Amino acid sequence: MAHVTYLKMEGRSLGFWALLALLAGIVAVGLAAALYMEHNGHWVTGMNNQVIWGTPHVFAVFLIVAASGALNVASIASVFNRQLYKPLSRLSGLLAVSLLAGGLMVLVLDLGRPDRLIVAMTYYNFKSIFAWNIILYTGFFAIVAIYLWMMFERRMNVYTKPAGMAAFLWRLTLTTGTGSIFGFLVARDAYNSALLAPMFIILSFAYGLAIFLLVLMAATRWSGRELGDVMVKRLKNLLGVFVASALYFVVVYHLTNLYITGKHDVERFLLLDGGIYTKAFWLGQIVIGGILPLVILFSGISKSRAMIVLASVLVVLGGLAQMYVTIIGGQAFPMAIFPDKIVSSSFADGVVGNYSPSLPEILLGVGGLGVALALTVFAMKVLPFLPQSLADADVNPHHKAEAAKA
Amino acid sequence: MSMNRRDFLALGGAAIAGTAIAPGIRLIELAQARSPEEAASAAHRWGLLIDTSKCQDGCTACVDACHEENGIQSHGRPATDAQWIRKVTLKDKQTGYVESLPLMCQHCEHPPCVDVCPTGASFKRIDGIVLVDRHICIGCRYCMMACPYKARSFVHEDTTGQKTYNPRGKGCVESCTLCVHKIDRGDGTTACAEACKKEGHQAILFGDLKDPGSEISKRLASQPSQQLRADLKLNTGVRYQGL
Amino acid sequence: MRNVPLHRILTSVVLASGLLLSAAGQAHDKAQAGRVPMPVHTIAQGEKCVEPTSEMRRNHMEKILHQRDRTMHDGIRTKQYSLKNCVNCHADTKTNSVLGKDGFCESCHRYASVSIDCFSCHTSEREAQAAAPAATSSTTRALNSGAKGITKP
Repeated sequence: MAHVTYLKMEGRSLGFWALLALLAGIVAVGLAAALYMEHNGHWVTGMNNQVIWGTPHVFAVFLIVAASGALNVASIASVFNRQLYKPLSRLSGLLAVSLLAGGLMVLVLDLGRPDRLIVAMTYYNFKSIFAWNIILYTGFFAIVAIYLWMMFERRMNVYTKPAGMAAFLWRLTLTTGTGSIFGFLVARDAYNSALLAPMFIILSFAYGLAIFLLVLMAATRWSGRELGDVMVKRLKNLLGVFVASALYFVVVYHLTNLYITGKHDVERFLLLDGGIYTKAFWLGQIVIGGILPLVILFSGISKSRAMIVLASVLVVLGGLAQMYVTIIGGQAFPMAIFPDKIVSSSFADGVVGNYSPSLPEILLGVGGLGVALALTVFAMKVLPFLPQSLADADVNPHHKAEAAKA
Repeated sequence: MSMNRRDFLALGGAAIAGTAIAPGIRLIELAQARSPEEAASAAHRWGLLIDTSKCQDGCTACVDACHEENGIQSHGRPATDAQWIRKVTLKDKQTGYVESLPLMCQHCEHPPCVDVCPTGASFKRIDGIVLVDRHICIGCRYCMMACPYKARSFVHEDTTGQKTYNPRGKGCVESCTLCVHKIDRGDGTTACAEACKKEGHQAILFGDLKDPGSEISKRLASQPSQQLRADLKLNTGVRYQGL
Repeated sequence: MRNVPLHRILTSVVLASGLLLSAAGQAHDKAQAGRVPMPVHTIAQGEKCVEPTSEMRRNHMEKILHQRDRTMHDGIRTKQYSLKNCVNCHADTKTNSVLGKDGFCESCHRYASVSIDCFSCHTSEREAQAAAPAATSSTTRALNSGAKGITKP
């Protein structure tokens, strides 16, 4: 294997500081939005007693799912011994940590009482999957930090594989936990399915890799480092496979529900007459997040890097749409407390929950993304996360032979 | 201690008999009352039996009484205002038959809200009452996601004019407490049941499900009744008749 | 581990900025009251507290905390350490509340710069039946009398 030299970002250019300032601005606006919502109470948001979790949760869950997926590249190198991915492992670990931090910030700042975070850390109900998630998130930070240390410290390099294995297993557990937050809810027809846990894992592969690709291409381009075609081609093909797998899970999930008569109503709602949720499903989740990226990634136009960037952006947008349909659509569909009855009340029983995202909610969610990216950019200036060059010849001496085979 | 209590009961009984305000009812209630230092006990399981055939369409006496009793105020924003109890109107899809009923926390034996709460703020008291400990509620609202009856409300804005026995404030989740303060006081009823009785409908009966001699147990033993979402096997403390 | 407490830090930042804002609002009050604002201890009723004063000054929060869990989870409603009992005794005779600039709780907590979380949910006002003779609901603080529908029986 060729020796890889890692370098910090120089981080002195105007562009670098402008980027960091932009991201800091996004974070500041997000924090201000959170303060506004906390100060006034949640009535100033689109959330209410019917749609309980809103846009902040869409962003938070997306970021948390993407975080575990971003670690995949490192796992492929350490756990599955693919040398090509080894030079990318550090960045992969960094993104995993920063995306999780961003997602958790959004989640915490949307709590009714974020000032009581210490309570969440000191009182545990071990039957709660949410409490388990708190442990899984903090553990993920710790394990990935150790994993990164093994990668950075030359004399610790030998432990990279066991650390990588631990991180890989932990991240699978973590995403199982995230999916189960919804999967374990018996009360609501759109959830209540064991399929959500593995589906979230596959989704994490796709979301995480899409964000990883975008950050990698931006970082190499803006720092003037080479990024080899073989590597890009491998990564974009992998993204294609993940997007296809995600689509497969979505199909199986809906087919299962369509087979169960009791779930016909919720399927009709999501797939046919759910208004914004139906649109978000077909247009956002399926077309933008699935079919279009697949067409781009597996056709000749993906020779263009711009097209790969586009495909990755589409996967991210489709992912947000998917979370919107899952989280908000799943709540908007009325609960079946009285089967075979037409239900009405002063508490919106029997009608579709009313929700439209408010500006502060969106700003807080985007602020979370800002935190993730700002942390990434800053960390790359402080520590050498990316190799000096990712040109094919530098990362893999046998690249010509492989390229010929591929 | 026991001397004091006996003295107290004797004195109280005499005083009440003396004033002669429905002495029979007062004595039954006294028998149920705990002294303040006595903890709630697993010997009881409090519940409600709701007879929908007696519930009047359009009558909201139970809702008004509950919200008055517990200091639940409207901010004029129906989507975010708290509702501990609500009147639900049902129309049969096939036959068109219309009925109405009050719906509140069902005080499940196996409450999903308690299972999912990360901090244990959502808990079931030993006598079967499901409550929120607002001191450790972080406002994550996962219990609202989990409740099959939509029984919980999030306090979306600052509140004022709280009752001393029912503190409530922005950022926490809340729901029907089965008038736990009245139970602890030994009132032997809830605000909703009282109001319904006062209206002359008597659709809501409060009682001890574990006491075979209580009216609620006798009626449940002798007449058909059902739980909402019985398929979930939550063993609710609130039962319905005539649905 | 560097990132573990990040969300905590961020929450603290948010809360700290909130504190700053409220501190700014109070600044002019202090300026009028003199250089060192002193807490006000108006003892309106009763001979003595449920424990010696020195004990209550140091440990009142522990007593309330313990009582809070016993009441909430076990249904034990003894009067001695209940917050309701505190308020009934210590509420100001004019404002009927333990909050406010000269309120029993707030003046001291403001002096010690310790925030009180109790009254974001608990009422700061004395119960109607426990009210001091002259105090009526019409003299309650603006903060609490603004809401519609608080009719004291």
